[in-house]
Amino acid sequence: MGLADLQQKSSKSTSDSTSALLRELVAHLAQNRAPLREEWLRRITEARLLTAMSQDELFAEATSVYDSYVKALETRTLEALQAYAQNLSERIIPLGVETHEIVGIVLLLRDVLARSLFAKYHTDSELMNRVLDAYEPAANAVALTVSVGFVQERERIIREQQASIRELSTPVLQVRERLLLLPILGLIDPHRARQLTGQLLRGIRATRAKVVVIDITGVAAMDTNVANHLVLTVESARLLGARVIVTGLSPEIAQTLVNIGADLGKINTVGDLQGGIEEAERLLGYKVVPTTIEAQPG
Amino acid sequence: MRPPETIEETSVTVECDRDIVVARTQGRAMATQVGFDATTATLIATAISELARNILLYARRGSIRLSPLDQDGCRGLLIVADDQGPGIPDVSQAMRDGYSTSGRLGLGLPGVRRLMDGFEIRSTIGEGTTVKVKKWNK
Amino acid sequence: MEVVILKQGPYLIATIQSALADADIVQLRDALVQQVGTHRARGVIIDVTALDVIDSFATSTLRDIAHMVRLRGAKTVIVGIQPDVAFAMVRMGLGLEGITTTLDLEEGLAYLDRETKITANQ
Repeated sequence: MGLADLQQKSSKSTSDSTSALLRELVAHLAQNRAPLREEWLRRITEARLLTAMSQDELFAEATSVYDSYVKALETRTLEALQAYAQNLSERIIPLGVETHEIVGIVLLLRDVLARSLFAKYHTDSELMNRVLDAYEPAANAVALTVSVGFVQERERIIREQQASIRELSTPVLQVRERLLLLPILGLIDPHRARQLTGQLLRGIRATRAKVVVIDITGVAAMDTNVANHLVLTVESARLLGARVIVTGLSPEIAQTLVNIGADLGKINTVGDLQGGIEEAERLLGYKVVPTTIEAQPG
Repeated sequence: MRPPETIEETSVTVECDRDIVVARTQGRAMATQVGFDATTATLIATAISELARNILLYARRGSIRLSPLDQDGCRGLLIVADDQGPGIPDVSQAMRDGYSTSGRLGLGLPGVRRLMDGFEIRSTIGEGTTVKVKKWNK
Repeated sequence: MEVVILKQGPYLIATIQSALADADIVQLRDALVQQVGTHRARGVIIDVTALDVIDSFATSTLRDIAHMVRLRGAKTVIVGIQPDVAFAMVRMGLGLEGITTTLDLEEGLAYLDRETKITANQ
């Protein structure tokens, strides 16, 4: 139920009386703003919601929400409310406010207002029905708008944070001159795989690496897309003049590579990271020579 | 990145090899305006290069139309390669991976499809060919 | 033309300065093949650092160059493929199998030095 329904309900009103009724309800809610807002705040505190906010903050926001709510009912449009909901979410999410709290307070407000209307109109049951017919769809649309706005903002922030974490957690390390190590941990999704490849290729160019060790010991499984991407990465690195050694290949991932038809002969694989580094050093012409330990003076 | 409303659709006539460079340069520019990263912009420019070359090779003349896409908050690029050439006799054959080691066979279309998110081709003998590809910015 | 061909010892170095249209690439091919013969070059380096797109035609012509140069007894090295360009080529299935590619000119020259020394010692 959204804006369309709200408008539909409005246009479906066959009688001016429904519009007039809604205007009357809005007037009632506006006139009784102070006591209804008090009641709402009381119930929010009672339900222990929005504890992350101070009393002043809570009062200020509650006033804004109340006014936006009534305005939405009055104008029968949700755009202003949507904009406000997004703005509100941007401000309170960093404070640690959670989804159930927002949904909770919106439902509480709906309840407080409904009870107020009931108190006023309950003596005339036919009128009460018409009041509910006018109020309910609008109130539902408002609750949905605010809740969805909040959730969307939360999801947007989570995505941004995940992107930052990914960027930080995929280091391409230069372990020797001309030798890069790319240890991969955890789950790789296509987005992360693309990011890794970009970082690796740029790293090859920046450090003039001739050998790259990609260690996937920490990767449990890989779907065919990511496996394919690994092959593309190896081939791209080759065009940049770098050889790739893949270490820590699990039997499952090896099988996946075989399944996608990857030419394993073209991919240099070594069992473990240690062995991979040694092989890389060998390719680069390094020789590891033990130095003699000098006798300590007695 | 530019606001979607300000990016204008553009069309490049392809009738000589220099036009291929023009088409892919404009494609890269629009991709950047839409907000694609440099790596993806290169993929798009390469795909456009293939499509434009196909026009030259098989129809001698045609056009590449570039338009920004905006759907449900998702932005992207639409590329339409159009010509009034002889048409492709066997489209499914052309879409099979014709890339042997010589790289000269085939029309490069399977490669373009691999690169893009949406791929549509319509060809009528004697009337021409239209290839539509989309790339979304994810 | 957008390509400069220089002779450095036994090698020819062709540096592409900017985006090449097809006719230019074909011209480059012909010029290189001819000059390999004229100068008895032992190696050819093609520097593609300035290319922002390498498509099927460019790939195919680079292969042609390597093939024709080899017929004249010389080796070809492609240097300077940009990371994004390399990835796009690989994504599209364009390969340069059998042709040596190195990161830059310095690496390319080092490679040719090693290779021609090997041949000389045989």
